[in-house]
Amino acid sequence: MLGFLFRRLGDIIPTFFGVTLLVFFLIRLIPGDPILMLAGERGVDAARYAELQAQYGFDQPIIVQYFDYLMGVFQGDLGKSFVTKKPVLDEFLTLFPATVELSIMGILFAVILGVPFGVLAAINRGKWIDHLTMSVSLTGYSMPIFWWALLLIMFFSTTLGWTPVSGRISVMYFFEPVTGFMLIDSLLSGEKGAFTSALSHMILPTVALGTIPMAVIARMTRSSMLEVLGEEYIRVARAKGLAPIRVIMVHALRNALIPVITVIGLQVGVLLAGAILTETIFSWPGIGKWIIEAMNRRDYPTIQGGILMIAFLVMGVNLIVDLLYGIVNPRIRHKR
Amino acid sequence: MSENTTPSAAPAANVAEPIGAPPSPLRETWDYFRKNRGAYVGLMVIAFILFLALTAQWIAPFDPIAQDRTAFLKPPVWMEGGDPRYLLGTDAVGRDILSRLIHGAQLSVSIGVFVVILSMISGICLGMVAGYFRGWVEVCIMRLMDIMLALPSLIMALAIVAILGPGLENAMLAIAIVQLPHYVRLTRASVVSELNKEYVIASQIAGAGHMRQMFVNILPNCMAPLIVQGTLGISSAILDAAALGFLGLGAQPPLPEWGTMLSEAREFVGSAWWVITFPGLCILVTVLAFNLMGDGLRDALDPKMKR
Repeated sequence: MLGFLFRRLGDIIPTFFGVTLLVFFLIRLIPGDPILMLAGERGVDAARYAELQAQYGFDQPIIVQYFDYLMGVFQGDLGKSFVTKKPVLDEFLTLFPATVELSIMGILFAVILGVPFGVLAAINRGKWIDHLTMSVSLTGYSMPIFWWALLLIMFFSTTLGWTPVSGRISVMYFFEPVTGFMLIDSLLSGEKGAFTSALSHMILPTVALGTIPMAVIARMTRSSMLEVLGEEYIRVARAKGLAPIRVIMVHALRNALIPVITVIGLQVGVLLAGAILTETIFSWPGIGKWIIEAMNRRDYPTIQGGILMIAFLVMGVNLIVDLLYGIVNPRIRHKR
Repeated sequence: MSENTTPSAAPAANVAEPIGAPPSPLRETWDYFRKNRGAYVGLMVIAFILFLALTAQWIAPFDPIAQDRTAFLKPPVWMEGGDPRYLLGTDAVGRDILSRLIHGAQLSVSIGVFVVILSMISGICLGMVAGYFRGWVEVCIMRLMDIMLALPSLIMALAIVAILGPGLENAMLAIAIVQLPHYVRLTRASVVSELNKEYVIASQIAGAGHMRQMFVNILPNCMAPLIVQGTLGISSAILDAAALGFLGLGAQPPLPEWGTMLSEAREFVGSAWWVITFPGLCILVTVLAFNLMGDGLRDALDPKMKR
């Protein structure tokens, strides 16, 4: 197991350096001089220009610049935002819990609906419930989620008035963030109605974000379940006279879930990409909205840092999923 | 294709063809494909969208960017206050939504096709080189692809658009780059599995050069998964382009791209449902059709599914 761990860590190192290189050159490939861009319309005189160049290290050879950048990354220094002048990492860490909260809710929604529907479709193969589930899942999979989010707002918020349109909590409530997760913070604050308000703000973004992962999970559960249901040990379990529900829930589902877990892990990238759109639409103060705003303001250090952090996150989660998979399935870790 | 389905023609075909003659591969694939109802419907929808896209100039009732200053935000005809000239209503600056949607089909279809052609050709070349020559070339190419896959596709596309600047051409290029790793990996995997087969070794002994081996002998045998990926690639290209358009980084107004139309319509979420519903519906239907067709093609081309 330790060998497997080191092998996987070894695989990830080149990718790590590759991503830092990519992000490093991102800012250098942009046409135009970053100093002039930073200076804005007023421009700078020659002396100040040289000073700024030295300050940002732009007068160094490109290799030196890259190593400086890399050293910075290792020490948690992702540069300062052009706009707010605050360290990018600090901004990221302040906004990150909002995205995590939304993503967790989204994936919970996806799993809670996706797995049972996948199982139902598999055990009713070829019947109407199978066709219905698969049609819904294919539609969900093809759904442009920014449109889906708008439809949800249009129907539930503006027509029925059931849910709020945007934000994380009603402006009536204010408390210092403790964990950064609004649902937990609102409970801790003890203010009456705060939790309900936070929860009602959560519903539509969760549904919008969770729809695509739900579709993928339902499809995966169904096909994996169908495969397992054809196995000999299921026949044996049935022949022993076990209750059908026990055969399905205990003998089949446990084995069918292994590939599903991998798929769930792979959805993290989808969730983060989805968060960009969902957060923009629902004015959710997370990293997705932050990156889009940085793009519109051409705040390159923020774009750079944000993309780097997302890449690290996705890589980290994929690594964890791989390792978990190795634990669950010994054949994987003894390969090669 | 239809003569074989009519009952009267079927026996005749049986007589003409000696029993046991294998159907041509193309015919066999088509037969499998047609049995899949979803895929067939998908193909029909795609044919319809292609027709709209090709004839947009003639069948669209209005110029997609012409503004009618007497008809702002008119609802569709069947609603109260609808204007009979504008079937699906007008947007906030008095442009006919139906005409914009039809011209949008043209844009979306060309985005999908262009992106897939671009990234498929470069992906096949890179994957072919990686799989055929192996060694350090393969390591370099595949590592680069791994790095590109470390970022979620939309975020990678955003990063590229940040470098190139917003706009339709740049968005298309960005999506093509984002899709590249899939084609490279697929091609490489197929090439590696073909490389040790007898026919490849035989033609090597017969003196076939590298180019001939790669593109004449091996490539045709690797095409099936690539065709499937290409079809699914069109749908994700359309979806990503719409998402970039929606974020204001893809096609710029007044181009009638569906995602851009949605981003312009966002503020009317509470007042004018038609400006929001129709463009999104077009995206959904188009993407769904390509996904259905891709699934059907996969089943039809997958030798394991054939019995």
